[in-house]
Amino acid sequence: MDFLTLFIVVPILTIVGIVFARNHNQVRWIAAAGSSVSMVLAAVVILRYLAERQAGNLSEFLFVADYIWYPSFNIRYTIGVDGISVAMLGLTAIVVFTGIFASWEVEYRQKEFFISLILLAGGVFGFFITTDLFTMFLFYELAVIPMYILIGIWGSGPKEYSAMKLTLMLMGGSALLVVGLLGLYFNSSPDGGLLTYNILEIAKVHIPVETQKFFFPFLFIGFGILGAMFPLHTWSPDGHSSAPTAVSMLHAGVLMKLGGYGCFRVAMFLLPEAAHELGWIFLVLTTISVVYGAFGAIMQKDLKYINAYSSVSHCGLVLFALLMMNKTAMNGAIMQMLSHGIMTALFFALIGMIYGRTHTRNIMEMGGLMRVIPFLGVAYVIGGLASLGLPGFSGFVAEMLVFVGSWQHTDTFHRVATIIACSSIVITAVYILRVVGQLIFGPVREPWYHELEDAKWFEKLSVGTLIVGIAAIGLAPLWLSDMISVSLGPIVERLDMVTLIP
Amino acid sequence: MRLEDFLLMRHELLLTLIAVIVLCAEIFTKEDNKLFIRPLTLVLFLAVTLIGFIPGPTGTLFGGMYKSSELQILMKNVLNIGVFIVFMQSARWLKHEDNHNKIAEFYILMLSTLIGMNFMISSGDFLMFYLGLELATIPVAALAAFDRYSNKSSEAGIKLLLSSALSSGILLYGISMLYGTIGSIYFDQVSVAYAGSPIQVLAFIFFFTGMAFKISIVPFHLWTADVYEGSPVNVTSYLSVISKGAAAFIFTIMLYTVFGSIKPLWQDVLWITSALTMTIGNLFAIRQKNMKRFLAFSSISQAGFILLGIMGGNDIGMTSVVYYALVYIFSNLGAFGVVAAISNATNGKENMDDYDGLYGTNPALSLTLMLAMFSLAGIPPVAGFFGKFFLFTAAAKEGFYWLLTIAVLNTIISLYYYLLVVKAMFINKNDEPIAHFSSDAYTKMGLAMCVFGMVIVGFASPIWEYILSLSYGVL
Repeated sequence: MDFLTLFIVVPILTIVGIVFARNHNQVRWIAAAGSSVSMVLAAVVILRYLAERQAGNLSEFLFVADYIWYPSFNIRYTIGVDGISVAMLGLTAIVVFTGIFASWEVEYRQKEFFISLILLAGGVFGFFITTDLFTMFLFYELAVIPMYILIGIWGSGPKEYSAMKLTLMLMGGSALLVVGLLGLYFNSSPDGGLLTYNILEIAKVHIPVETQKFFFPFLFIGFGILGAMFPLHTWSPDGHSSAPTAVSMLHAGVLMKLGGYGCFRVAMFLLPEAAHELGWIFLVLTTISVVYGAFGAIMQKDLKYINAYSSVSHCGLVLFALLMMNKTAMNGAIMQMLSHGIMTALFFALIGMIYGRTHTRNIMEMGGLMRVIPFLGVAYVIGGLASLGLPGFSGFVAEMLVFVGSWQHTDTFHRVATIIACSSIVITAVYILRVVGQLIFGPVREPWYHELEDAKWFEKLSVGTLIVGIAAIGLAPLWLSDMISVSLGPIVERLDMVTLIP
Repeated sequence: MRLEDFLLMRHELLLTLIAVIVLCAEIFTKEDNKLFIRPLTLVLFLAVTLIGFIPGPTGTLFGGMYKSSELQILMKNVLNIGVFIVFMQSARWLKHEDNHNKIAEFYILMLSTLIGMNFMISSGDFLMFYLGLELATIPVAALAAFDRYSNKSSEAGIKLLLSSALSSGILLYGISMLYGTIGSIYFDQVSVAYAGSPIQVLAFIFFFTGMAFKISIVPFHLWTADVYEGSPVNVTSYLSVISKGAAAFIFTIMLYTVFGSIKPLWQDVLWITSALTMTIGNLFAIRQKNMKRFLAFSSISQAGFILLGIMGGNDIGMTSVVYYALVYIFSNLGAFGVVAAISNATNGKENMDDYDGLYGTNPALSLTLMLAMFSLAGIPPVAGFFGKFFLFTAAAKEGFYWLLTIAVLNTIISLYYYLLVVKAMFINKNDEPIAHFSSDAYTKMGLAMCVFGMVIVGFASPIWEYILSLSYGVL
């Protein structure tokens, strides 16, 4: 069996294992084992990928395998990875691993919880390894639907409402995607030959510009909803806040990145002329997302809502950078995807742990946590600083690349957009530092806080892994950024090519 | 008639044979041993279903009135599978006090309508088509009124009979107009001579009306909710799946062969009716709490999606209709099967609020219903996703992207109400959920077949490829 399919097989086996587990402890250890294997697989893939590139392998996708599925439609199960997919697989593996440990103490319907979570993870893994649009879409939808169950059953607050809103809006996005994908499919062969769903094959075809401009909005909005693009981001604050910890981690950390990934891999790569001509509309929307999300975070008192709006802002930055369509900015976008993914997972994990102890998420009701639960306090401060963009952590690297790249555009429109987006850094600082000051430092709010237990081993493992991740990317980003840069080559080339044609 | 001729009509003849055997069993047994008729019929019908899949001769009979091709045989086989599952699911209900002495009647009526549908699918001229249609409709009216002690059941029967009579009358009027202008009722001759003159277009509209009634397309759908709600659950499941599926099959065949020359016209008509049907079906389904009415409106909406596939007018269109009917059989019968099981076990509870918290007490049934809801909504990895996607592909091939947008947005609306059921079972809390009950072997097997179908059909691409090899677009 080929190597990449293991990413899907391991979750399936884990689910089977969980179904047959006999007690509480076995369930979570099997889940932990499964996710650890996925982590190992991700590490192996990264190392092997780098080795292949070293050896001089220049093909766009590596570890390719291709099986025909529906001959009459030319739907195939085609898999392959490039630098960006490999990085995303790594991100997913880390977030799933830490998410499982952050949910160590889930009791109610524990089996169903872990099964849904692993199913979600499997869907996401599948999305990143496939290069056939139909199969990709199948995994995309597969990754969305367990969210409804997870939030609806194990969530908190207005969970039924949030779950329904989230599911309907995200599926709405995928509904628009159907139209876009079918449009791509039926335009994938200029001379009436074999139609195809393969990304690389479609990229070779020059689709007429008018057709491109018709389908580009469907694809970009479809993926953009998942990337929390204004004004279709409204599922995000409620969705993240009502979701249980691991689900928020996975969702904000990984699923929202599927949106950004889809935007450039499908919408921009395959419809480059339309991306240039219509990109400015979406640039306006994403700039608004960045600032709106940040302002929204300032207004909130509930920790999870703060983080949710912050995610809207950071994911908006991803789309913003992608729309700049040059190598530096797009590199920054991918780095931001990775950096924010780990960061937000860290935040949601910490918030879950804090909530489990203080039983409130309202920052006005808490204070002085550094004195009573120092491990979590320090972790929160580190997360906050990384989110601000402090050098030494991954946030800085990402935002630096994004803004340097977007400033390379010399026209007023792009420059103004860059300045507005940059201002979000200041706004981010406001809400992050305010929370840290109020929550972590300052006097201990309640006397019974002194009884609170600091992080347990699984919580330390979870949080520690994520901090190591942020620091690693922040301190030594070059290997990662190079890996991404090489794979961005074909995409940027295609986008540039169309501007050269008079 | 030679042996080959008998073999051509093997589906219809075998079904008639079973009907006669059941009738004899009914006549020659005493009051108390009627129950054995159930396994008898099931075994016989299973045999017939399996025999149906054995390849056999194709051709025409009676001077062209009866046509049998591999595609039509496949359609009949698909219907057989559906009816077999309906029979399995109705076994428990037939054991009830009220139904004890009507078991054979139930089977004979069902078989009669199935024979009618078979003839309708195999028709080669309008007379055979009309005979089949009437044979398919009248026993169903009796079935709808099967529950003698329920006012609603009688109401359902009368409504069905009257509406069918009216629509059949209109259909016949259209056929007479075609005969008047063309001078022949044979499909081959009509399709060649059909010129699209105003009276012929009118004839087409009347024909469309008659069929639209059977498939429950808006605005001919008003009978559906009341009839579905009033009939016994198993009859409802038959109506919503088999009857609709058969009508869709013959509708497709006739549009592609007989009315092929006015393809742009019926594409326009289907555009409007498809958009209306999907939307109105969905909007009404949102408000329903009675599970039978809920599934009724959901099936109206599904019919709208099937129209999307028919509209394509190409081979993918026809294939997607047959394929979706198969998927729809498994999904809808799965949903109805669970509703029926719960209704039988709890003495008639059919309201969605009663389903709150069902997962805690009856996990297997809840999971089955959840899979069925996802399949109807078109969520992967169950078969409904593939079925819907291929229907969309058929429409996209002809470039109907705006209608496609309407269709996918309707999918989202439908997802909302399908999720309401999932929400009730898994998320809502209930102090007195429906207690755990065990269904009998027949019901379990019927549901198992549905689940198997839903899970496997999507991934098994040879099924699609086989259907595609037999299909054709407008010539």
